[in-house]
Amino acid sequence: MNQDTYRRPATGQHPPNLSPDYKSTPLRSPSQAAIVLPQTLSEITGPLLAGESIGALENDLTRQRSGEPLGERIVVHGRVLDEDGRPVPQAVVEIWQCNAAGRYHHSGDQHDAPLDPNFFGGGRYRAGDDGSYQFITIKPGAYPWKNHHNAWRPAHIHFSLFGPAFATRLITQMYFPNDPLLAFDPIYKSVPPGARERLQAAFDIEATRPEWALAYRFDIVLRGRNATPMEN
Amino acid sequence: MSSGLTPSQTIGPFYWGTLVNSCRADLAPPGVAGERIELVLSLHDAEGALVSDGLIEIWQANSHGRYNHPDDRRNLPLDPGFEGFGRASTDAKGEARFATVRPGRVPWPDGGMQAAHVNLSIFARGVLNRLATRLYFDGDPALGEDPVLKRVDSKRRASLIARRDPAGAWRLPVHLGGARETVFFDL
Repeated sequence: MNQDTYRRPATGQHPPNLSPDYKSTPLRSPSQAAIVLPQTLSEITGPLLAGESIGALENDLTRQRSGEPLGERIVVHGRVLDEDGRPVPQAVVEIWQCNAAGRYHHSGDQHDAPLDPNFFGGGRYRAGDDGSYQFITIKPGAYPWKNHHNAWRPAHIHFSLFGPAFATRLITQMYFPNDPLLAFDPIYKSVPPGARERLQAAFDIEATRPEWALAYRFDIVLRGRNATPMEN
Repeated sequence: MSSGLTPSQTIGPFYWGTLVNSCRADLAPPGVAGERIELVLSLHDAEGALVSDGLIEIWQANSHGRYNHPDDRRNLPLDPGFEGFGRASTDAKGEARFATVRPGRVPWPDGGMQAAHVNLSIFARGVLNRLATRLYFDGDPALGEDPVLKRVDSKRRASLIARRDPAGAWRLPVHLGGARETVFFDL
């Protein structure tokens, strides 16, 4: 009998696909339950992007253009871990975000806020063997969206991780601690209470760089392995 | 010690361009072994409308049926230059295209082989969790013995099977909901 390599998430860890307060979900969420698959080689392998060359400055979003972007410079760092607290070594972390004014460098973003020619908003980094990663960026602004009357997204940074396997793929969003907009955001609140709080970074005085930038810590936890790995 | 999982959130509409390498649609440079194929995946919402702001990723074995990953320890050839990962945004027609090679078969844990398939991840605004599905190939004689397809109601199996268009590309519509809803998998 097959034993899964990666533990299956308990209920309440992820948002339901259908979260009606987020008005894009009703037409974009499957109505039938996903069929449970045993984890085969297709699921326990996955892209590690080992051959991908990541430049030394790709994790510094303030130095990707000719000049310095406007806004509050911040450090965002943390570790990529599994549920047992083990590091996910060499994990590729990708981020993207809007600028300090709340505008994305994207043709579809028509928010009436200025683009910053010195801020592109995308970065990537390959974590160390201890799972640690770090980005230097600008604190993103809040911006309005048309989900409901007077809807505003809380400031957030998008994160994309592959982890060790196809089964561990994760795209998420990091928020800032105690943002008053979180209480009104149907995307953040799509995650059940008790789990959604993990999407808030922690202010980190230890990693804050004197005279230079505040720091936030955001550890990312991917699915852990079962005790006895499947042998093929 | 056990830490809580980081919850999933939507990719949103604005990843294009800022998600570095948001297009990696040609997986097989010259020299990679195998039958060259083109995949055309179209993305549709529950009312059939095209989804033009989605992102589709693929993960597959090489033509020998070997995944480029340390947990695939079988003694089968790896192709230098072929990782098996692709990523492409859907365009104004709701389509994402990949140029790759037809994957070989990989084993089923309890014995036997799976039919050749490509693993798909679907992301889009309004999609809060990665949706995982598979692409199989119409006409493959192994479809009837595939252990995954056997778990799918026969009326829904067609949602997983790409068909060749007149130009030779393999086409698979992915429906996020509605009468033709695609079968998604819990991995």
